[in-house]
Amino acid sequence: MKEKKNPLSFQLDVSDFLPANKEEKESLVIMRESVSFWRDGLRRFEKNKIAMTSFIIIILVFIFAFVMPQFYPYSYEQQIRGSENLAPMAYSEPELALKAAGEKVFPHILGTDSLGRDTMIRLMMGSRISLLVGLVASILVLLIGSIYGTVAGYFGGKVDLFMMRIVDIIYTVPDILIIILLMVTLKYPLKDLAETVPAFSWINVIGVGLICIFIVFSLLYWVGMARIVRSQVLTLKEQEYVTAARALGAGSGRIIRKHLLTNSMGTLIVTTTLQIPSAIFTESFLSFIGIGVAAPMPSLGSMASTAIDGIYSYPYRLLAPALMISLIILSFNLLGDGLRDAFDPKLKN
Amino acid sequence: MSKKLVEVQHLKQYFHAGGSMFNPKYVKAVDDVTFYINKGETLGLVGESGCGKTTTGRTLLRLYEPTSGKVIYDGKDITKVSMLPYRRKMQIVFQDPYASLDPRMTVGDIVGEAIDIHKLAASKTERHDKIIAMLERVGLNSEHANRYPHEFSGGQRQRIGIARALAVDPEFIVCDEPISALDVSIQAQVVNMFEDLQQDLGLTYLFIAHDLSVVKHISQRIGVMYLGKLVELADSYELIFHSVHPYTRSLISAIPVADPIKSRESKRIVLEGDVPSPVNPPSGCRFRTRCRYATELCATQEPEFKEISPGHFAACHHLDKVQ
Amino acid sequence: MSELLLNIQNERLSFFTPAGEVKALNDISIQMYEGDVLGIVGESGSGKSVTAYSIMQLLPHTGRIIGGTIDFNGHRINDMTEQDMRKIRGNEVSIIFQDPMTSLNPVYTIGNQICEVIKLHTNKNKKQALERAEELLSLVGINEPGKRLKQYPHELSGGMRQRVMIAIALACEPKLLIADEPTTALDVTIQAQILELMIDLKEQLGMSIIMITHDLGIVANMCQKIAVMYAGKIVEYGPVDEIFYNPQHEYTKGLLRSIPKLSEKEHNRLVPIEGTPVDMLNPPKGCPFAPRCDSCMKICLREMPQYTTINDGHLSACWLLQKKEFMQGGEEN
Repeated sequence: MKEKKNPLSFQLDVSDFLPANKEEKESLVIMRESVSFWRDGLRRFEKNKIAMTSFIIIILVFIFAFVMPQFYPYSYEQQIRGSENLAPMAYSEPELALKAAGEKVFPHILGTDSLGRDTMIRLMMGSRISLLVGLVASILVLLIGSIYGTVAGYFGGKVDLFMMRIVDIIYTVPDILIIILLMVTLKYPLKDLAETVPAFSWINVIGVGLICIFIVFSLLYWVGMARIVRSQVLTLKEQEYVTAARALGAGSGRIIRKHLLTNSMGTLIVTTTLQIPSAIFTESFLSFIGIGVAAPMPSLGSMASTAIDGIYSYPYRLLAPALMISLIILSFNLLGDGLRDAFDPKLKN
Repeated sequence: MSKKLVEVQHLKQYFHAGGSMFNPKYVKAVDDVTFYINKGETLGLVGESGCGKTTTGRTLLRLYEPTSGKVIYDGKDITKVSMLPYRRKMQIVFQDPYASLDPRMTVGDIVGEAIDIHKLAASKTERHDKIIAMLERVGLNSEHANRYPHEFSGGQRQRIGIARALAVDPEFIVCDEPISALDVSIQAQVVNMFEDLQQDLGLTYLFIAHDLSVVKHISQRIGVMYLGKLVELADSYELIFHSVHPYTRSLISAIPVADPIKSRESKRIVLEGDVPSPVNPPSGCRFRTRCRYATELCATQEPEFKEISPGHFAACHHLDKVQ
Repeated sequence: MSELLLNIQNERLSFFTPAGEVKALNDISIQMYEGDVLGIVGESGSGKSVTAYSIMQLLPHTGRIIGGTIDFNGHRINDMTEQDMRKIRGNEVSIIFQDPMTSLNPVYTIGNQICEVIKLHTNKNKKQALERAEELLSLVGINEPGKRLKQYPHELSGGMRQRVMIAIALACEPKLLIADEPTTALDVTIQAQILELMIDLKEQLGMSIIMITHDLGIVANMCQKIAVMYAGKIVEYGPVDEIFYNPQHEYTKGLLRSIPKLSEKEHNRLVPIEGTPVDMLNPPKGCPFAPRCDSCMKICLREMPQYTTINDGHLSACWLLQKKEFMQGGEEN
């Protein structure tokens, strides 16, 4: 007899003792929501305020370097007579005259240099060069280094031994020396090439120095990446899921593509991101000592170099590029650290 | 009349273990092992760590290249041929359900990898259908296909590993300690699944484990290995109740019995000492350092692995003395 | 009448992780007398190791006792400071861990590691400590103890390392030895040696042992009392013969049915426990075993069952038993 249950009664309700059916039992077993490695990592990255701030700063710098020049009325090589050595936001006399005549004259936000070129636009172009060099050089390093490291790590044995000895030798090569030597040897042949073959005229624009930088990066700077990738591959290829893939009949190509590289992705991204500031710094340094981009194309390094002479009278001309370099390098370093914290599987709890 | 599906003859697997160029040292992981497995049967392979049972299983699949000896599959010598077509017929399930699945691949892709390698599906839908069919066969369902291994429990991951092995429609599966890493309450589920699959699909198993109770339950015949050698091989019942080799005897007696009265009554044969190093195995019979019946003969001459009664093989000089 | 050595009353323990609260122990009560050998049986996630660590206060910082009391040898463990705990760890209560490979420090000699614990709790000097260490090594059955003192862990086999662990644990003659899956990583023949050694030592030194394992065979052999744990709860507790021959909880019954028996002459299909272990971040309300239980009733899904006393010292937490009691009570009325 089913009685209405008094909520205060301690009597057990008989119907409670009926067997539970399958649906009732299964409703208690819920699987947690699916989360892939990337989404999980991104979530962790978003929580890291410093990393997110650096990321936003980098985006802003990119806009500054690539988008803003389109809207800026001056160009980097444009020499405005009569407007030399202006202080920030100052107008020269011819410009004041123009203003009096009712024309709109865009102010020189950071002043001008000794040849009358607007510093702000040069800063933007200089940042663009730095970012481009950083990115292109890092991608070159990533491609060459990871392929080399994967081959050495996967095949092991004598192949690995031989390949890593080459790496050891390359490590010993002094990079600045090679760049200078290359510059000296390639300067005239490349110039001739630029003049005779119209397709290569861009060489003159970016300068022999920059080309030499790229060549040297491709020849020398990939070794660090190669070592890191090799050690990753060495660890990963002993994993049981790689043996499982072999047991299924997978060939080396498939194993490298689908198993080894995907599982190294986190490390690769982080290492590349941390490679960028180092490349940018190298380029700035080389431009500073005069081996980088050719004039009139500005580089943050060359701008700093020319500004040293006038450091007491026009300190802002040194401050601007120096702060810019620092900002870019710091942001990329913090971004790389944030990525590593987010995607490093060992920190996963 | 049962047909031999898999056969190994005088299989040896030596690994380099240092030493100099002129005097190289080897770990003799598998040292002259011969056995066969009939179609549709389960051969159990037991032994303790370092005995070479896992290496035997993997060498049989040519995941390691044999140092010497022959592997014969369905009558054909496959020791030196290209393994790609045989990878469809011979598969493996691993011990560690955490390490044997690629953490960056979805379950569907893991099971489908074999289908991709051997081009077993003509279209994307066919591939998808095959994958779901495999998952359902091992007790999972289609919504699991898009998830990642870390979201599953140990028992479920092991099922995924089994689904992966089944995706190529194999005839023979090496089960390399497939339940050792699982909780006790899950082990029975997985053992039953292995048995059901064997019955439904006509599979042949080499079941490698160190737990003799489970091996006896699932195998028709059992081989016992010690330091790279087979010391005894017989039908399961024969081996458990009428074993002759001293090592087998002590192995059986060492297993704790989940029965308090029985375990209080039984006398345990406790072996002295530890397992010798596989780099420097004892001369003659390898078990002699821990054997109570060892004599000088055992130190000088290796006992032959021979048939002592129909279907029952053992390698020991003093079988008559062993009580 | 032996003394009450360990008295855990209604202990509740949780881990506060970034992913949420993991209720590792849910109202555990254990009483141990001097000379007892208690077996705690359970699978991963059952809370058996956590119980042991909570006695020794060796939990990670995310773990906290949130209810109940632990009394050991006259100390109220919950109230003790870290300093006080250090005085009794290794001294009155010791623990041996599962993996002898990682429990020993690879860069110190065996002798050094044994002497460390001797010097911490006694005021022996170096020479006396080494003598005692050598004594301990022969006590645990290691041959050539003098030579072994100077060796490093990697020079010893797994079985020997575990013996060294036992020697370290026994150095100060503790009243309670906790063994957390001490033989899981060892081969079966070595396991037999170690278990025999532990029983011999218990007879010799008169200490109590808590044996934590998932292997029912081991507890059948060694223990007098058994606690079966599932998802942070002791689901059944009683003398060893009762648990094996008169199991009352569905989980215990399921475990006993699902292990293959070596002595069986015919091939009987194993009867597994269906379902998967509990996700401790989302434990179900009510009995934790309910989703996997064949006899699950509606009330099992809603409310945690109380303990029913089956007979002297044998308890089980199951609504089926409560139902039986209730029915019997109803008939009497």
